[in-house]
Amino acid sequence: MFAPVYLDHNATTAADPAVVEAMLPFLTGLCGNASSRHEYGRAARRAIDEARSKVAAAVGAHASEVVFTSGGSEANNLLIKGAAACLKPGLLAVSAIEHPCVIRPAEQLRKRGWALHKLAVDAAGRVDAADYQALIGERPRIVSVMLANNETGVVQDITSLAAQARAVGAWFHSDAVQAVGKIPVDFRQLNAAGVNALSLSAHKIGGPKGAAALVLDKRLDIEPIIAGGGHERGLRSGTENVAAIVGFGVACELAAARLAEVAPRLLALRERLEGGLFSLGATLFGQAAERLPNTLYFAFPDLDGETLVGHLDRAGYAVASGSACSSANPEPSHVLRAMGVETELARGAVRVSLGAANSAAEVDSFLATLRATALSLQRLTAMAV
Amino acid sequence: MKIHVTLARLARKTRASPKEDEGVATGMVGAPACGDVMKLQIKVGKGGVIEDAKFKTYGCGSAIASSSLVTEWVKGKTVEQALDIKNTQIAEELALPPVKIHCSILAEDAIKAAVADYKKKHVDQAAG
Amino acid sequence: MLKLPIYLDYSATTPVDPRVADKMIPYLVEKFGNPASRSHAFGWETEAAVEEAREEVAKLVNADAKEIVWTSGATESNNLALKGAAQFYAGKGKHLVTVKTEHKAVLDTCRDLERLGFEVTYLDVQDNGLIDLEAFKAVLRPDTIVVSVMMVNNEIGVIQPIAEIGEICRAKGIIFHVDAAQATGKVVIDLATLKVDLMSFSAHKTYGPKGIGALYVRRKPRVRLTAQMHGGGHERGFRSGTLATHQIVGMGEAFRLARLEMGAENERIRMLRDRLYKGLSDIDEVYVNGDMEQRVPHNLNISFAYVEGESLLMAVKDLAVSSGSACTSASLEPSYVLRALGREDELAHSSIRFTLGRFTTEEEVDYAVKLLHEKISRLRELSPLWEMVQEGVDLSTVQWAAH
Ligand SMILES: Cc1ncc(COP(=O)(O)O)c(C=O)c1O
Ligand SMILES: Cc1ncc(COP(=O)(O)O)c(C=O)c1O
Repeated sequence: MFAPVYLDHNATTAADPAVVEAMLPFLTGLCGNASSRHEYGRAARRAIDEARSKVAAAVGAHASEVVFTSGGSEANNLLIKGAAACLKPGLLAVSAIEHPCVIRPAEQLRKRGWALHKLAVDAAGRVDAADYQALIGERPRIVSVMLANNETGVVQDITSLAAQARAVGAWFHSDAVQAVGKIPVDFRQLNAAGVNALSLSAHKIGGPKGAAALVLDKRLDIEPIIAGGGHERGLRSGTENVAAIVGFGVACELAAARLAEVAPRLLALRERLEGGLFSLGATLFGQAAERLPNTLYFAFPDLDGETLVGHLDRAGYAVASGSACSSANPEPSHVLRAMGVETELARGAVRVSLGAANSAAEVDSFLATLRATALSLQRLTAMAV
Repeated sequence: MKIHVTLARLARKTRASPKEDEGVATGMVGAPACGDVMKLQIKVGKGGVIEDAKFKTYGCGSAIASSSLVTEWVKGKTVEQALDIKNTQIAEELALPPVKIHCSILAEDAIKAAVADYKKKHVDQAAG
Repeated sequence: MLKLPIYLDYSATTPVDPRVADKMIPYLVEKFGNPASRSHAFGWETEAAVEEAREEVAKLVNADAKEIVWTSGATESNNLALKGAAQFYAGKGKHLVTVKTEHKAVLDTCRDLERLGFEVTYLDVQDNGLIDLEAFKAVLRPDTIVVSVMMVNNEIGVIQPIAEIGEICRAKGIIFHVDAAQATGKVVIDLATLKVDLMSFSAHKTYGPKGIGALYVRRKPRVRLTAQMHGGGHERGFRSGTLATHQIVGMGEAFRLARLEMGAENERIRMLRDRLYKGLSDIDEVYVNGDMEQRVPHNLNISFAYVEGESLLMAVKDLAVSSGSACTSASLEPSYVLRALGREDELAHSSIRFTLGRFTTEEEVDYAVKLLHEKISRLRELSPLWEMVQEGVDLSTVQWAAH
């Protein structure tokens, strides 16, 4: 049987066997409602508390700073809308390359009287220093810049950006969904620099879908976006998803424990892949910037990305043409557009995101398949024009 | 959980009121609307010594434990000595959490009420 | 051997049916793709599973799969329905109507809406827990845009007259939302005939997993909502966020089983509940909260006079039951639902909610009956109030020492 090779770990990951094992007792049979006072409820509550400590420990936070949500999208919505609801409308800034679940909520705030500044990025995908300076001069109240981008993998200099924001009294949030498990993330350190909140998501790091967290500095007041019952210190109501939260805790623990070993391995694989892509004549995006060790975003001039990934899928390689999260979106990536990449080239974008289980052999065979596919497609296109 | 064990043991020993008779005084404190009512009865003998004490309590486990504990403590004491029992001692003995401190206060009040009832009857008798 | 404590709290949450768990687990491990991934088979496989589950949820309530929007649970569904409809139709009016005995997820959402400038009428219920349709009609105003009434109450299990309310709302062009979190698998829901515009569901009350729910959004006549969770535009823009495939598959299977088995299951549960009721009704001074006819067979909410709540719960700790709804039971004040039945003036009683379900046995019910007989008589022996009542004192005439 032919087993496809999964190279789309930034879209989602399989749950780690240890994660599934930890979840099973809460997923099968009776798991109480954590709000119930009887033993079944208290057991569920203890499991959640333990998971909260694990998530906190993995990102250098305190357990009381962790608010569980149903996903990274919800965590981002909660922070942006929730923080804005506690402030007088003013200026809000997000980078132009944020995930839609940061950009869209930010755009919604315009209806509530907020002004939105979308921060420009340079050609390498880093927040543009001059634009950031200009923003700081306008004294924003909330700034959100992602730690690492889901498409390019570009890592921002969050410490410096946050410090500047703090100097003018702005709250600073960073979407760390793609960073955890791939680069070190330490909330204490970031918090000292001026970062007040981080978003995390379990399914990107070997945890289950359905659990995520907002890590929140207690000085930052936010209003809940889901009301009813007052769970999660009143910040997120709804019966806790015990099994997924338990899985998230274990996934965080594993991600932190394995980082030192996994990151260099991912980087070696990525470099191997990069070398091959160069020799095939691909353009690499974000190459001049610091990037996640697992992410590679490239395009061949004249080759449509959708078509290419379709062929690769049939050949047994699962990669992405843009961000999986913005489904059914024929527009070229907003990230590449913000980086000033020409529309034609952006249409060719293909993202490979590696996981700890990928091997050098898989990278090599992927490169061979890519070469063959690209060549045959180029021949076809050449005939067509 | 320590409280529950204490409660069960004490409750078994001290349950049921002695019938009103010579030298029996009753103190009833609390209100159903507040969630606790305590009734403490003391039987006072020669020289004002409390010979026996019984309680009935409508309330949470801590309230039952507090009232049960004071019935143990007041026995053998004079009514004046009984008045020295403070809620803080009760709370400490039962390791009551902060939200349950009112139970120990109520138990202290029950002693005061029972003693007051005793004194009232005693004075009435002396006067008569 | 009985496993203690005996679980009689199926309205707080249900165990995941083993058949449901079996279907879910492969979607954590082998079939882990993101259903939004359009570029490879990992994504298509899970997308197909999500759509199959959507069909199953729709089938249980006789709706179209396109009318089902996934959420993280009924709490989120209620928030989305009420905030989404109120905001979308704000141009037509600012008034909403709900009921005092609704779940906190509805009541707290209404409070949020009040802060945003909407007006909400919280309708009283009759002493049987049901709303009075005449009283309901009387509070409707020309600027009423949304009505929210739950189908089955989580504490007392009563079934509100949803069909009648629906007719009234439809005639007046008012959006009608129904919280059906406690109704699925317990009462027949036919959205082809009910004039309901929005309906909230939760998987974990119907033998599915926690953390997944759905909102039914009627297409004919079309109901519009302002989205509350923004991002990648999942769920046709109604609710952004990566879909939790294994949970969705679990909800689909749970609702499929409910559709196939609810008829027989409810009869079995009704028999057990009636056995419990009969067993407890020979204790003195007990009474049932909520209408006994318009009620799901799973629920028995019963008050024991002259016994204090916390000591009662402690005395019956071999039973996993609830004194209020799970969400509010952190505090032990009498539940707002029971207070709404007009029971607050009654002196000194406490209530237990027994909710039975798929895995409840006759043996468990008998154990509960025996235990309660013992414990209630013990606590009453200890109760000065019970003593006074036995002596013929009318407690309402007593001057209590205030403290
Ligand atoms: C950077 C980033 N933020 C947020 C999200 C959303 O997280 P979730 O899928 O848990 O809703 C994603 C992925 O979808 C992401 O890549
Ligand atoms: C009637 C009712 N509505 C809503 C909810 C909330 O549902 P969920 O736990 O899925 O958020 C519950 C249960 O907690 C409920 O009983």
